[in-house]
Amino acid sequence: MGELFNIFLKSVFIENMVLAYFLGMCSFLAVSKSVKTAMGLGAAVVFVLTLTVPINWVINTYLLGPSGVFKTDLTFLRFILFIATIAASVQLVEMVVEKFSPALYSALGIFLPLITVNCAILGGALFMVAREYDFAEAATFGFGSGVGFALAIVVMAAIREKIRYSDVPAPLRGLGIAFILTGLIGMAFMSLMGINPANYMN
Amino acid sequence: MSEVATKKEGLFGKKERKMLIDPLNDNNPITVQVLGICSALAVTTLVSKALVMTIAVIFVLAFANLIVSLLRKGIPKQIRMIVQLVVIATLVTVVELTLKAVDYPIWKELSVYIGLIITNCIVMGRLEAFAMANKPWQSFLDGVGNGLGYGIILILVATAREIFGKGSFMGFQIIGPSADYLIDTTTNPWFSWYMPNNVMVLPAAALFVIGIIIWIQRSRNPKLIDIS
Repeated sequence: MGELFNIFLKSVFIENMVLAYFLGMCSFLAVSKSVKTAMGLGAAVVFVLTLTVPINWVINTYLLGPSGVFKTDLTFLRFILFIATIAASVQLVEMVVEKFSPALYSALGIFLPLITVNCAILGGALFMVAREYDFAEAATFGFGSGVGFALAIVVMAAIREKIRYSDVPAPLRGLGIAFILTGLIGMAFMSLMGINPANYMN
Repeated sequence: MSEVATKKEGLFGKKERKMLIDPLNDNNPITVQVLGICSALAVTTLVSKALVMTIAVIFVLAFANLIVSLLRKGIPKQIRMIVQLVVIATLVTVVELTLKAVDYPIWKELSVYIGLIITNCIVMGRLEAFAMANKPWQSFLDGVGNGLGYGIILILVATAREIFGKGSFMGFQIIGPSADYLIDTTTNPWFSWYMPNNVMVLPAAALFVIGIIIWIQRSRNPKLIDIS
């Protein structure tokens, strides 16, 4: 249990997908204009990551691995199968959002289908493989990374809502200042890299 | 959500030219549409990498747009993402294998990033926003235009990062201490006034550089300024 909590903490704060690894930048920068939309996208990403990382773990272990059903090493199919899983679950999310929250659907616009090609999602699946997590760890990691993304995008949206009242040079307003802010936050996050919460738990 | 182009007036009418030119500045994929940022952070440490990436993206984008536009009436809405991804993945595989056959050393250096064109949101972004609602020829031009717009920013960012981060351009040392110049600047402290700055090699620096590019672009082109 402690180990799982450690993975969760690490994936949310220390190895944050957006701020430490700079994955999923497109939707992070484009949808962080208002806190409300940011929360919508954050929730969608949490859902998709929590769903796809464990599914991809099962695919990777029982379908593609040498000890899987086919008894052969099929890992060259990893990209295609991972992406197919992700596309299917994003399609599902899109249909649900369109049905239950048309306002959010139109606010997210093109960036809702683009969750499919959000590097953070595929990155989550590939990190899960690289770090050799077991099922529970993979599920925790997926959920944690999603929460990390949601947290980062909501924080960014809050900053951008505030900065609207600041005296930013006109051509830099909006997107430009968002880029520079993300760079600054990212540099701050670099100093957190390498901290292991397990060392502080006892 | 989708931008529908109206009737065309021949192969290279005004509309078609606009489709090619617009993404270079007024509707740039990176600085205006906010698409394809991840790869702009990853491949811009060296200009040569950025160049190969640009060519690969232009190819994938143009033909993915063309193919999806040809198929657009037959794709059911519920499975369109999977269809789009299959098209993209096929084209990316073609590019990767071609590069492997043509130039093995560059393939070795770039294979991961070429594979990641599949998840480059600029490709699927243009498919969703343009190719699903427009005719094949327009979609093809839109793909080429957006690929070029993406490439311009990529090469600008890579130039800034390579010169200030490594002191070189296209692999040739041009500033910073080096023994390759006429005067050996490693031994003479008067000529080695600039030390390559490692911050520029970090992904965060790419964000700063793109931020500054946006600043310059918008001050020259005031209609892009965000008024909200």
